Amino acid sequence: MIALRLEPREHTPVWLNMLLPLLAVLATLVICSGLIKLAGASVMAAYAKLFLSALSTRFNLVETAVKATPLVFTGLAVTVAFRAKFWNIGAEGQLLAGAMAAAFIGARQGLPAWSLVPAMIAGGAAAGALWAVVPAALKTRYKVDDVVTTLLLNFVIFYGMMALLDGPWKDPLSGYPDSPDIRMAAEFPILLKATRLHLGVLIAALCTPLVWLLMSKTTLGFSITAVGENPRAASYAGMSISGVILLSALISGALAGLAGASEVGGLHFQVMAGISPGYGYTGIVIAMLARLNPLGVIPAAFFFAVIITGAEAMSRATGVPVFLADVIQGTALVTMLIALLFNQYRVRLRRVSHE
Amino acid sequence: MQPPVPLLEMRGICKYFGSVKANENVDLTLFPGDILGLLGENGAGKTTLMNVLFGVYSPDGGRILIEGRPVRIRSSADALRHGVGMVHQHFHLVPCHTVIENLMVGRPGRSGRLDRRGTLDGMAEVERRFGLALAPDALVSELTIGEQQRLEIIKALVRGARVLILDEPTSTLTPQETEGLFSALRSMAAAHMGVIFISHKLNEVRAITNKLMILRRGKVSATLDNDQSISRRRLAELMCGREITPPAKPPATRGEVLLEMRDIHTGGTSRGRLKGVSLQAHAGEILGIAGVSGNGQLELAEVISGMLAPTTGVFRVSGREVTRPSPRRVQQLGVGRIPEDRMGTGLITTLPLASSMVLPRIHEKRFSRGGFLRQGAIRDFVKEQMQRFDIRAPGPEVRTGTLSGGNLQKALLARELAWDPLVLLAAQPTRGLDVAAARFVHEQFLELRRRGRAIIVISEDLEELFALSDRIAVMFEGCINGVVPIEEATVQKIGMLMAGVKEAA
Repeated sequence: MIALRLEPREHTPVWLNMLLPLLAVLATLVICSGLIKLAGASVMAAYAKLFLSALSTRFNLVETAVKATPLVFTGLAVTVAFRAKFWNIGAEGQLLAGAMAAAFIGARQGLPAWSLVPAMIAGGAAAGALWAVVPAALKTRYKVDDVVTTLLLNFVIFYGMMALLDGPWKDPLSGYPDSPDIRMAAEFPILLKATRLHLGVLIAALCTPLVWLLMSKTTLGFSITAVGENPRAASYAGMSISGVILLSALISGALAGLAGASEVGGLHFQVMAGISPGYGYTGIVIAMLARLNPLGVIPAAFFFAVIITGAEAMSRATGVPVFLADVIQGTALVTMLIALLFNQYRVRLRRVSHE
Repeated sequence: MQPPVPLLEMRGICKYFGSVKANENVDLTLFPGDILGLLGENGAGKTTLMNVLFGVYSPDGGRILIEGRPVRIRSSADALRHGVGMVHQHFHLVPCHTVIENLMVGRPGRSGRLDRRGTLDGMAEVERRFGLALAPDALVSELTIGEQQRLEIIKALVRGARVLILDEPTSTLTPQETEGLFSALRSMAAAHMGVIFISHKLNEVRAITNKLMILRRGKVSATLDNDQSISRRRLAELMCGREITPPAKPPATRGEVLLEMRDIHTGGTSRGRLKGVSLQAHAGEILGIAGVSGNGQLELAEVISGMLAPTTGVFRVSGREVTRPSPRRVQQLGVGRIPEDRMGTGLITTLPLASSMVLPRIHEKRFSRGGFLRQGAIRDFVKEQMQRFDIRAPGPEVRTGTLSGGNLQKALLARELAWDPLVLLAAQPTRGLDVAAARFVHEQFLELRRRGRAIIVISEDLEELFALSDRIAVMFEGCINGVVPIEEATVQKIGMLMAGVKEAA
């Protein structure tokens, strides 16, 4: 009989830290291949379609980058919050807040045309930040559980938005429960002709090193990490726990709000029920996959974008349902959490003789 | 006559962590009736060895025999099944449950029901044989620390332990409670049980054990009978591999009052809630705070650290009243603080050592400018302190939690002393530290005292307080029960004050 046991590690080698996310992804693909088999398709063919179609042409590559953009924002948002152990499950709702603010500002006729895009970006970030500060204030003032509040506020804002879209904010031209289109001048500039590579993609790409800079080079990032790792020690050292958590919530919410503004300004030009197919939740998985390292968010978001865009092509070619993409996302979270265990523990196998 | 079979034998135990040899070829033999003192510096491998015995770690080599039969111990349940019980330094009790409920955990009776009757019988048996008793229906949260420890011992005995491991059992007891523990241990030995007693306190080890085993760097450096001929000094040498002499303490030159508390009360309902504490710490003196743990030392430390605001009373640092106390405020006024819980309150184990060491000062110009960290300056500072305080670590980037207890304490000391505090508060400053590290800490205190700073040392180690203090204040139930100048202090006197007896002139 072989006994398996976990022992705490004295230290974690660097190569293992790099390898673990890759192993987690690999394990995910192995696990999900069972489902492909069940769907009656060839595993290799399905995975080839899934990954290659998203990367094959220049157009597809840009589409994948466009798809990755909101995920980069929400991934960064969750990273900042989770580093402070502010369990922000509400990036989804903060994204919606940002999207609504951007759509509202973008449709204002009274504003000068040049100011629209900057105002939408600033307004989106501010709205997301405000929506995130609500649960953060509840947590710091009244010790209300942040997992519950951030999660439930997602539904509050979603159904609030739907009520608006079905009522006062309904587009009078189409009659659908969508908001009126933003003005032409409010549409984000396109960076590459004949593609959808819009300004939001660039902002997401710029935000990543900025967040990294914030987290690793500034006193604020230092404080966020300290409060997250050990609030008591941080407070003993003279830091304000509440202040740091509120600031991290502001930054986190602003980043998620930018995701919404970018989707409205760059892609949809309005808000509607399907503005976010769960980008906020996917951001949690991405942040975990990136091991809460801002620089890891880009590859993780790209990986997910590939799966999401590739799933359609795979489905058309092999008949495997597109929902496989969701299964892969979910499985990746679980495998990554397991991988994190090996970050701290080592497995020891022992031959055991019966006594 | 046949030689008696050893109760417990550990043969050639090896345990490696990567390249670190925590235990190398360790042999340990315990006969019925033995009380074995296990001595060694921090990191010498005592805890590792006991964790191997108790099933926490699996050894990389070696065998364990119980009464001559080889056994495999893979979990604490295995250990208990083979008659090995352990009382950890930190108790594993459920505070909101009663004594008997804690005893029933982990031993369900038939068909999964709790076996109250059987447990009561077990308790009666333990009381009859060893004189250890507790009220079965008392709530654990209402027991004193000494009683909770007794409960841990009863728990091990009720489960049939014949070998009892005690890890630093006396650190939280009054001298009188310690004597009570010792008499119970003696009756266990008389009943042919075996006891392994881990401690840093050489006097106690010499008082209670009949055999000594000393570990140094994972290996057995000596095994000897404890006859009274062996000197403290010799033991310390065997532990450290060199001679350790206590630092010299020149006479005090007492100056003005640097920290003053008048009639301080705190809120809450705990036993240690402060109920009118008044004390003064003078420049150039070391004020020791004694007391059984839970009598307000923690609260006192929290108030001085700025973590707990008093409800009433006056708190002054160098003459200035601290009206809105906060950790930042007291630090600004020149109070350095060494918290009792080094890992939980002082440092951040998961972050690099450098982060832990600049934590309270990160906003100072030296370490950051315009909100950006000056990482080079931080690294230089930490390197400098590592050298000055002989902090043994691979570098400033190493994770704080990988340092040994002694090095962690040095890091904390370095962090606080780098800013030349007027008042230094140190809670349990040498708990868990080996002789050499403890001596280093004491030297630093005496150096501060020489330079005219006030040092407040809260400690449960009376030996330490007697060696360092100029005056000893004794806390009992949230009050200062008496302040004794060191010239008049005796263990009996302090012990009475700790037990709540007012000094009879």
